[in-house]
Amino acid sequence: MTEVRHMSVDETSTEDLVAEDSSVIMDVSDVSVYYGSFRAVRDVHMPVRQHEITAMIGPSGCGKSTLLRSLNRMNDLIEGARVEGMITYQGIDLYGPRVDPVEVRRRIGMVFQKPNPFPKSIEENITFGPRIAGIPKSEFPELVERSLRSAALWDEVKDRLNDSALGLSGGQQQRLCIARAIATKPDILLMDEPCSALDPIATGRIEDLMQELKSDYTIVIVTHNMQQAARVSDRCAFFTTEVDSVSDRRTGQLVEYDRTEKIFSNPADERTENYVTGRFG
Amino acid sequence: MALTAPIVDADKTAERVRARIESGGRDPKDIGFRWLMFGTLLFSLLVLSVLIYDVVGDSWSILSERFMDFLARPSRSRPDEAGVFTGLRGTFWIGVFVIVLSFPIGIGAAIYLEEYASGGWFTRLIDVNIRNLAGVPSVVYGILGFTIFVGFFNQRFSDANAFGKVTAAGGLTLAVLSLPIVIITSAEAIRAVPQSLREAGYGVGATKWEVVRNHVLPYAAPGILTGTLLSLARALGEAAPLILVGAIRGKLGSDAGFFDLRQLGEQFTAMPIMITEYASKPGEDWVPVTAAAIVILLLVVLGFNAAAVLLRNRFESKREGK
Amino acid sequence: MTAPVLDQNLLAGNPKRRNKEKTVGAIFTVAAGLSLVVSLLIVGSLVFKAGSFLGDLINPPEDALAETRDGMISLSNLWSEQWAPRFMQFDIKTLLVASIIVTIVAMAVAGPIGLGAAIYLSEYASPRVRRILKPVLEVLAGIPSVVLGFFALRWIGPNVVANMFESAGNQSLLAAGLGVGLLTIPLVASISEDAMRSVPNALREASAGLGARKFTTSTKIVLPAAVSGLVAAFIVATSRAIGETMVVFLAAGGSGNSAQFTLSPLDRGATMTAAMASQASGTDGTIVETAFNSLFFVGAVLFVITLTLNVIADRFVRRVRQQY
Ligand SMILES: Nc1ncnc2c1ncn2[C@@H]1O[C@H](COP(=O)(O)OP(=O)(O)OP(=O)(O)O)[C@@H](O)[C@H]1O
Ligand SMILES: [Mg+2]
Repeated sequence: MTEVRHMSVDETSTEDLVAEDSSVIMDVSDVSVYYGSFRAVRDVHMPVRQHEITAMIGPSGCGKSTLLRSLNRMNDLIEGARVEGMITYQGIDLYGPRVDPVEVRRRIGMVFQKPNPFPKSIEENITFGPRIAGIPKSEFPELVERSLRSAALWDEVKDRLNDSALGLSGGQQQRLCIARAIATKPDILLMDEPCSALDPIATGRIEDLMQELKSDYTIVIVTHNMQQAARVSDRCAFFTTEVDSVSDRRTGQLVEYDRTEKIFSNPADERTENYVTGRFG
Repeated sequence: MALTAPIVDADKTAERVRARIESGGRDPKDIGFRWLMFGTLLFSLLVLSVLIYDVVGDSWSILSERFMDFLARPSRSRPDEAGVFTGLRGTFWIGVFVIVLSFPIGIGAAIYLEEYASGGWFTRLIDVNIRNLAGVPSVVYGILGFTIFVGFFNQRFSDANAFGKVTAAGGLTLAVLSLPIVIITSAEAIRAVPQSLREAGYGVGATKWEVVRNHVLPYAAPGILTGTLLSLARALGEAAPLILVGAIRGKLGSDAGFFDLRQLGEQFTAMPIMITEYASKPGEDWVPVTAAAIVILLLVVLGFNAAAVLLRNRFESKREGK
Repeated sequence: MTAPVLDQNLLAGNPKRRNKEKTVGAIFTVAAGLSLVVSLLIVGSLVFKAGSFLGDLINPPEDALAETRDGMISLSNLWSEQWAPRFMQFDIKTLLVASIIVTIVAMAVAGPIGLGAAIYLSEYASPRVRRILKPVLEVLAGIPSVVLGFFALRWIGPNVVANMFESAGNQSLLAAGLGVGLLTIPLVASISEDAMRSVPNALREASAGLGARKFTTSTKIVLPAAVSGLVAAFIVATSRAIGETMVVFLAAGGSGNSAQFTLSPLDRGATMTAAMASQASGTDGTIVETAFNSLFFVGAVLFVITLTLNVIADRFVRRVRQQY
């Protein structure tokens, strides 16, 4: 029985998972991410399906943010960060030679842990992405409204689009960041603990929002909040850290990746069970 | 017992600490030391006051009687006819060179160091190089100006009688001199831009330049402006490099108007050089002239300084308020 | 295995934008690279001209020989009795010693006063008081050196030095040194203050927690912890003092055309910088090239000295950064 459990993350079973349904929009296979010589996370297999919410959970330092940031080449900005293995988006190697990381980030948007609106007006926050992508100005009014509506923010800010975004509450700012990410019409939204700086009410609104966005976007979310993962996600990846025998540093690894109900009700791996039941972490 | 003992102890320690903090200023040894340290600042203030009092006092006869006349007249051999027109003109053009050359190049280099540099050997070399350049004495920049710029302008693009010792050579020299300071202060301002702002920009698919231009530079602008204003002020007060570049002390062979571009290719002087000239003249009659020239230079230089400091304080408190 | 490939160029991006990005990056790289050119030009002009000066000493040209009394020029002219380029006397120690005297006087003023100001600002002043007092130093730092030179000539020389020492005239190395000292106070203060402020508050709290006075905390905890930065401040200021020109040019009273060797701060004298400035401002067009080029030799010596000091200071600054 234990042997089968460990099989759940290796290649054969991943292929099984993929075969199960062909809507995989992004495939992470055999991926390790390094900072210089330090391997922060290793050997991850994680196919991400279209119109699903995929959650990444695990103890602090296990490399969730690291992996997430390598999904839209945000890690390129960190000196010494490097990806081994293959990440494909619609079948294209994200780290291939003919790929422009700028285009990757437009199609795979990101929402950060702390709301980080530009210190400009609400409207400018939304229009910056489309403007640099070359979308004609005439489309902006409609785009602004649609993005803000999608982020469930329109009614609250429609009368003050020219006010500074810094005047919004934390929850509103985070929804503005989601609207900003949506405005470039991405396929995938990556969210790194998007609610950890918010109060419970604001968190609830963002969670509701994610459910609505699911029909148009694919979402990958990192969260520390187990209930949140259970509530919002369709699939869940549990990571943990293990001490690297060679470097003696903690390297994150994927323990189990499966449907969320499975992870929370009947996990295949004991470590997952300990974590989700709160015995560890 | 075992549980309560440490708690009581912690209470006592806290009390002692509080007492110490509150009585900190009342301890005689502390008070003495505090005033001694304060005294050093007071001394600096005193020196400044004496300096300004002395200079303003010496210059009063000129500033009160013929201020405009003093601004409009060139160097003359009689103290009651001498003015600072030629010096102001030279200082103006030097400022133009610093602003036009050293600001954009310096800010560009700072952007390179903070945003584009890869951390390889080239970056490290440039980083070390700039810090060392900032420590090179200004008079050594004069040597560069003399051999390179004066050498270049000699018999070229300039008045043949000036032998290359022209305004453009002086302006270029001081532009080069202020370059490292512009780079260092601008880089500092850019480094202070929060990383989250850059990530926000990259996150929606902006290129590096788009992030820099739309988000990093606007955020860093007050800091950059402060730093560049300070370096401009410093450049305008420099005399030593200009002496080496051949700024003229005495009557100039140039009659160009204040904003006349022709001046770039002609003999020049600048405010600090005029001050040196007047200060070296024998006789008490020249003291008011020198002092008045100093007051005018101080107005210019400290004006830029004050603008820079005010700007910084304003934006600091604005950011903190947010 | 994965979804079918839709479009291989899906992520190729916009070539126009990419090219612009490259161009802009190249422009900034060139801007940064220009600083290397500046260094090369400085070193180049110094080496070239100082080299030709030394060449002249080894292999003297006729016009230079004509200026000497004994018709002899050699490298030993760099170590004679006086600095008198017009007569081919290039005693470098005359200038070096004058520079050292001025620097020692300057640091004797700027060291303690700058440090004291830094201690007050970093350890005692409330943020409000700091905001009021810090500009005093900033204004002082903004005063052009030629102004302090005039002040040293007009005020420090006659009112301080000549009053205290009967044998001193209005111009002296001492007066110049005091002027340079005033000039470097803000520098010492600002680097020292940075060093002390980078000492973690936890250390101060720990010290206060043990019941130490603020005086004890400042002198026994903060200063030792900040010592690398303080050393750096002192060295940077020393380097600045050696390189300072205008104050010495105006207030030390040395004529560039001849300066006698002296060990007394009360005498007039010419530092390296002052000698360079006087040489360059000599209106005398008849001076032979060898004499004029001595300026570059002195410049090269000055450059090496200040560069060495700055490199050493940089080491100490870096140590501060590593510690905290
Ligand atoms: N820029 C970096 N350079 C070097 N190491 C890094 C960097 N960022 C993260 N790490 C290391 O990589 C490992 C994984 O970090 P990461 O931030 O991905 O963890 P995480 O799972 O997101 O943790 P958390 O839940 O606390 O956010 C950690 O050991 C961390 O110290
Ligand atoms: Mg994280």
